[in-house]
Amino acid sequence: MIPELGHFALILALLVSLVQGTLPLIGAHRGNSGGRAWIALARPAARTQFLLVVFAFACLTWAFVANDFSVVYVAQHSNSRLPLEYRLAGVWGGHEGSLLLWMLMLSGWTVAVSLLSRHLPDAMTARVLGVLGLIAVGFLAFILFTSNPFERLLPAAEDGRDLNPLLQDPGLIFHPPMLYMGYVGFSIAFAFAIAALLSGQLDAAWARWSRPWTTTAWAFLTLGIALGSWWAYYELGWGGWWFWDPVENASFLPWLVGTALIHSLAVTEKRGCFKNWTVLLAIAAFSLSLLGTFLVRSGVLTSVHAFATDPRRGIFILILLAIVIGASLFLFALRAPKVGLGGSFGLVSRESLLLMNNVLLVVAAGSVLLGTLYPLLIDALGMGKLSVGPPYFNAVFVPLMVPLLVLMSLGPLARWKHADMAAVLRRLTFALAAAIAIAIAVPLIYGKWSTLTAMGVLLAAWVAGGSAVAIIERLRAGGLGAQPLHWWGMHLAHVGVAVFVLGVTLVSSYQEEKDVRMEPDDTVSVGGYSFRFIGVREATGPNYRAMVGELELSRDGKVLRTMKPEKRAYLTSAMPMTEAAIDTGLLRDVYVSLGEPVGERAWSVRVYYKPFVDWIWGGCLLMALGGIVAISDRRYRMKKAAASAAIVQGAPA
Amino acid sequence: MKPRHKRFALIGGGLAVIGIAAVLVLNAFQSNLVFFFTPTQIAAGEAPKGKTFRIGGLVKDGSLQRQSDGLTVQFVVTDTAKEFTVAYTGILPDLFREGKGVVAQGKLGENGLFTASEVLAKHDENYMPPEAQHAVDEAHKAARTVKQ
Repeated sequence: MIPELGHFALILALLVSLVQGTLPLIGAHRGNSGGRAWIALARPAARTQFLLVVFAFACLTWAFVANDFSVVYVAQHSNSRLPLEYRLAGVWGGHEGSLLLWMLMLSGWTVAVSLLSRHLPDAMTARVLGVLGLIAVGFLAFILFTSNPFERLLPAAEDGRDLNPLLQDPGLIFHPPMLYMGYVGFSIAFAFAIAALLSGQLDAAWARWSRPWTTTAWAFLTLGIALGSWWAYYELGWGGWWFWDPVENASFLPWLVGTALIHSLAVTEKRGCFKNWTVLLAIAAFSLSLLGTFLVRSGVLTSVHAFATDPRRGIFILILLAIVIGASLFLFALRAPKVGLGGSFGLVSRESLLLMNNVLLVVAAGSVLLGTLYPLLIDALGMGKLSVGPPYFNAVFVPLMVPLLVLMSLGPLARWKHADMAAVLRRLTFALAAAIAIAIAVPLIYGKWSTLTAMGVLLAAWVAGGSAVAIIERLRAGGLGAQPLHWWGMHLAHVGVAVFVLGVTLVSSYQEEKDVRMEPDDTVSVGGYSFRFIGVREATGPNYRAMVGELELSRDGKVLRTMKPEKRAYLTSAMPMTEAAIDTGLLRDVYVSLGEPVGERAWSVRVYYKPFVDWIWGGCLLMALGGIVAISDRRYRMKKAAASAAIVQGAPA
Repeated sequence: MKPRHKRFALIGGGLAVIGIAAVLVLNAFQSNLVFFFTPTQIAAGEAPKGKTFRIGGLVKDGSLQRQSDGLTVQFVVTDTAKEFTVAYTGILPDLFREGKGVVAQGKLGENGLFTASEVLAKHDENYMPPEAQHAVDEAHKAARTVKQ
C-alpha cells in the first residue's frame, strides 16, 4: 500500500509541477494587469510539489527499512541482512532511487528559493519558480515513465539481491547527496538566468540574487566530488584519487564551468559587464549537469555508477538535454543583442584578469569534454573502440591550469577598471621570493630533485602567498575586522586551491608503491615504513565473511600499530571486495591492501606510501568552506528596498 | 589605447589560449589514444607492435598460471574464435575470474605475448565489460557469416 501511495504522490507532484511550470510564467509575462493571481500561484505550487516529493521519498525509504521485497527496486538493491544505515543509503544505491534523490534535491532547492525570495520582485520569483517547475516536469516524467522506483514484483522476492558491496560504505551515504546538491543547485543559477532573459532585466540585481545560490551549489559540488575521490581512494583498493574516468569527468565538467560562473557573476554584479557571457555560463553549467546525468544514467558509460542499461532512459535524458539547451540558447539569441555592454574596463584590470580566468576554465572544460565524449562518438559512428586515458588529460589539462594559478595571486590584488600591473607585482615581490625558496627547499628535503615538482610547489606557494599578501596588507592598514565575509571566503577558497595543488604535486612526485608476495614474518618497506606480515585469519561480518590480514607497521625499528586490511566475500552476491587499511597522517598516509592467497600461507600484498595525499581533500574542504563563508555575507540578505536602491546606484548606464 | 584595439587584444588573448589548447589536445591525441582490438583482429595481425592498446574477451577456463613469485601470471584471452596469451605482473582485480570477461591494456611483444600493464577492474560479478562483449559478438558474427 505504501509504495502505491508514494507512486501516487509522484503523479500528483507531476501535475502540480505542470501548474508551477506554466501559470506563473504566463502570469509574469502578462504583468500586473491580469497576471497577479497566477504569479501568486508560484510559491504554493513549489511548496506543495516539495511536500509530495518528500512524501514519495519517505515511502521508498520505508520500503527499504521494512524490507518490502515486493518492490522490484528494493529487491534489487537491498537484503534483509543489510545493516540499517546501508538500507537507508540504499534508497539512492540504484538508478531509480538516485533519480528520486535528484528530484528531491530539485524540489528542495525550489522550496528554498520560494522561502528566501521575499526581497525579490514577485514577477522574478514567479519566473524562477516557473522555470524550476518545468525542469521538475521533465524529471518527474522521466521517473514515472521510464524509472519508476515503486514498481511491484509479483510474487514478491524471498529476499533482496543485496546492495553492490562496493556501495556498502559510509562514502555512499554522503557522496551522492552532496554531489546532487551541487549538480541540481546549478538549476537555480540556470533558472535565474532564464528568468532574467525572459524579463529582459539582465542587470547587476540579477547577478546579486543569483550569486549566493550559485556559490552554494558550487560548494556542495566541490564537497561531493571530493567525497567521491576519497571514497575511490580507500574503497577501490588501488590507492588512486582521480582516474579521469568519464563518470568523474561528468561531475568535474559542471564544476569547472561553475567555477568560471561564480567568478564571472562577481564581475557582472560589481561592474555590470560580462552579462551575456554569465548567462551562457549559467546555461552551460546546468546543461553539463544534465549531460553528466545522461552519461552516468544512460549506460553509455560503464562504471560503478552505471546501473541497469535501458536505451529508453538514455534517449529520454538526451531529449530533455536537447530541449533545455535548444530552448535556452534560442531565448538567449533573441534577447542577447538587447543587453547592454556594461562598464568599460582597461586591458589591465581585475575585469580582464577574471576574463582570462574564465577563458582558461572554459577551454579546460572543453578539453575534458572532448576527451570524455570522443570515444563515445567514435563508437557511435562505428569507427572502432578506443579509450582516452589519464595521459591525455594530464597532458592537456595540467598545462592549462598553470597560467590560471599564476593569475590567482594577481586577480585579488588588481583594481577594477584600471590596474597597475607593475605595482601589483611589487606588492607580490616578497611572496614570490618566499615561494621560490619553498619550491627549491621542498624537493631537497625529500632528497629527489625534479623540476616539475618544484614548479608545482612554486605555484602552490605563489597562490597561498598572494592571499597572505592581501591579508597582511589589510592587517597593516588596520582594517582586517572590517573586511566583509565574502572577501574572507574568497581567500579561504584560494588557499584551498594552494593546499590542493601542493597535495597533488607531492603525492604524485614522492609516492611509493610495491606489490609483493608475503609469507608470515616477511617484511617489506616503503617510504621509510616497514610492514611485517603476521598472517591472515577469518572473521565474519553482518552480511559477509572476511579474511583479515594483520601487518605490523613500524618506522626506524619502532612499532607504530597493527594494520588490518580485509578481503571480504559478500554472502548474497558472492562478490569479493578489498578493504584497504590506511594509517592516515597530516604529512602522509600509509596504505595496505590484500591481493589474493598465493600458496599455503602466502598472500600477495600491495603497500603504498602516500605523502600529503590528505591535503588533496583538505584543499577541497577549504574551497567549499570558502564558498559557505562567502555566502554568509550579510550583503546578500538585504531588505527589498535597500537592495533595489543599491542596484539603481550600481547600475551602469 | 583605443577601445577597438583593446577589443582586438582581448579577442587575440582568448584565441591564443584556444590555439594553445588545440595544440595540446592534438598532441595528446596523437600519442595517448588507446585503441581496442579483439583476439581475432590480433590473430589477423591488425594490432600494432610496440604500441599500447587494449584487448578484451573471456579468460579461458583453466588457463591461469601463476609463477613462483606469486605475482606474475599468464592467462589466455579468447573471443571464442581466436585466443592469445596475456602476461601480467601485479595484483589482479577482485573480480578477475576464469570464464569471465576481462579487459587489459598493454603492449604486444615480438614473441606474440601481450604484456599487460593494467588489468581493468569490474564492479559487479554479472557485469561484462562492453569491450569484451564486443569481441565475443564480433567473433560470433564472423562465425555465422562463414557458415552461410
